[in-house]
Amino acid sequence: MIETSDLRKSYRTGRGHKASTVDAVRGVDLKVDAREIFGFLGPNGAGKTTTLRMLATLLEPDGGTATVAGIDLLRHPERVRAQVGYVAQTSGTYDRATARQELVLQARMHGIAKAQAIELSEKALDAFHLGEFADRRVSTYSGGQKRRLDVALGVIHQPQVLFLDEPTAGLDPPTRARMWDEVRRLRELGMTIFLTTHYLDEADALCDRIAIIDHGQIVAEGTPEDLKRQISGDVVTVGLDGAQTASVEDGTVNVAAKLLRGQPYVRDLEVLDDGVRLYVDSGATAIPQVIRDLAASGVEPGTIELRRPTLDDVFLVKTGRSLEE
Amino acid sequence: MIKVARDAWLIFQREVDLMLHNPVALAFSLAQPITYLVLFAPFLREAMSGQGATSYADAYRIYVPGLFGAMGLFGGLFAGYALLYAIRAGIIDRCRVTPLSRTGLLLGRAMRDVATIVLQAVIITIAALPFGLRVGLGYLLLSYVLLAVMALLATALSYGLAMLVRNENSLGSIVNTVGQPVSLLAGVLIPLALAPLWMQKVALWNPFAWATSGLRALFNEDLADPVVWQSLAISTVLMLGAVVWTARQFGRDVR
Repeated sequence: MIETSDLRKSYRTGRGHKASTVDAVRGVDLKVDAREIFGFLGPNGAGKTTTLRMLATLLEPDGGTATVAGIDLLRHPERVRAQVGYVAQTSGTYDRATARQELVLQARMHGIAKAQAIELSEKALDAFHLGEFADRRVSTYSGGQKRRLDVALGVIHQPQVLFLDEPTAGLDPPTRARMWDEVRRLRELGMTIFLTTHYLDEADALCDRIAIIDHGQIVAEGTPEDLKRQISGDVVTVGLDGAQTASVEDGTVNVAAKLLRGQPYVRDLEVLDDGVRLYVDSGATAIPQVIRDLAASGVEPGTIELRRPTLDDVFLVKTGRSLEE
Repeated sequence: MIKVARDAWLIFQREVDLMLHNPVALAFSLAQPITYLVLFAPFLREAMSGQGATSYADAYRIYVPGLFGAMGLFGGLFAGYALLYAIRAGIIDRCRVTPLSRTGLLLGRAMRDVATIVLQAVIITIAALPFGLRVGLGYLLLSYVLLAVMALLATALSYGLAMLVRNENSLGSIVNTVGQPVSLLAGVLIPLALAPLWMQKVALWNPFAWATSGLRALFNEDLADPVVWQSLAISTVLMLGAVVWTARQFGRDVR
């Protein structure tokens, strides 16, 4: 449904002699199948939104090619527009209009005749539970209600692909869960969904496949399960904030890292700001050894955590940084 | 072409609809011109006597077209702010993702700004009638047309500038720095006929000077004056150029 090859975008920032180029997207290759919920996971500034905007025909790529719904993005962007919906992070609705008015306008912008536009807007008000306040101004809606309206606007013309930019940013947990259900429902209706997110749980729970992007390039791609499985075993996180001092002494992390890296039970090790993360076969047997080895060198661990690998670990292994930093 | 017109009309309708339901904004946009008129009215006959005005009617025939010129120029130049607001609010992107013609989107919004300015001019005309303004209806309508073209030129320029600088502060600086001399060199306050020769020569390059002179000629009911069709031609050509330039930016990156 969506295919990109070496997609690129750079920005010029600053003026005159202070001007510089920021390479926001540096050669992105993607493939999204029909009726898939595809997630683009990465920290802020990674290039997720820029990629999304290029695919939604809002930005012209500087390089590479892409097809969306079988249409060449660079040659026929206007045809792509009829087949996609886009829900931005910032709402895009007129504050002083009502949901009903916005839905009708949206349909008419898609070339739908007035009478049918009114019909479609009625159906959308129903489907997205907006009927109760359909005739009140958008400025009176809650965050969740506004976001539902935004999605309704994005799909009123029944597109094949829906682009969602950080769909649950700023929403409270129950509203997030309802949004996830909404996305799944849209997929049941036959849509392909491409969303960007910086939330691990969203990528994990909602997406069929994800691509992890950092500094404009894809560093990992696959189903959440496959990606986590690449990191087998357990994850032991050792926090080195002193129990008394609650801060890490200079060099402690490096000492600990050097010491533990060589140990036979440690498969892999990543350095964090305030400790180290160990990838071991079995956390249960590794923890007592970690404590013993650290103590023998005079390093006192502050905290120890044991868990299964998450997507953050995938990110950490591929980029050397934690997504949650 | 038809699609552009249809799409422009769709956006124009929505924008005007919202404005009509916002009486506060409407009142504010009317306040300034009315104030100018009311405050200057008592002085005008005396002030304009130096230019051959012997009655209130004469004075208004010199003053009101200048006021229209200023409204067209500044009203248009400040239209970019509304566009920046719409861009920040995500409205422009939302429209650009649909098959809506991007030129139509631009024109629909611009026409809303132009319509506001022309409406202000109509209200000023009506308000000036009891004060002594006398102009034939045909000439008046033609002057509204010229005003609309001039306002659309200024609006299109403002939109283009807004998209280049992307923030309200820069836009404000440019508009204020450029707007003042351009308006003074257009003879809005005092007709250029009274200006020194070097100023008149410089004003030849100022399309707004041409437009203001054209408006004055129309208010003098002097259709034979070549400046009338000259100003219409110049304003229309430049307006089309500005619209094409800005429309191209609308098509590319807006954020």
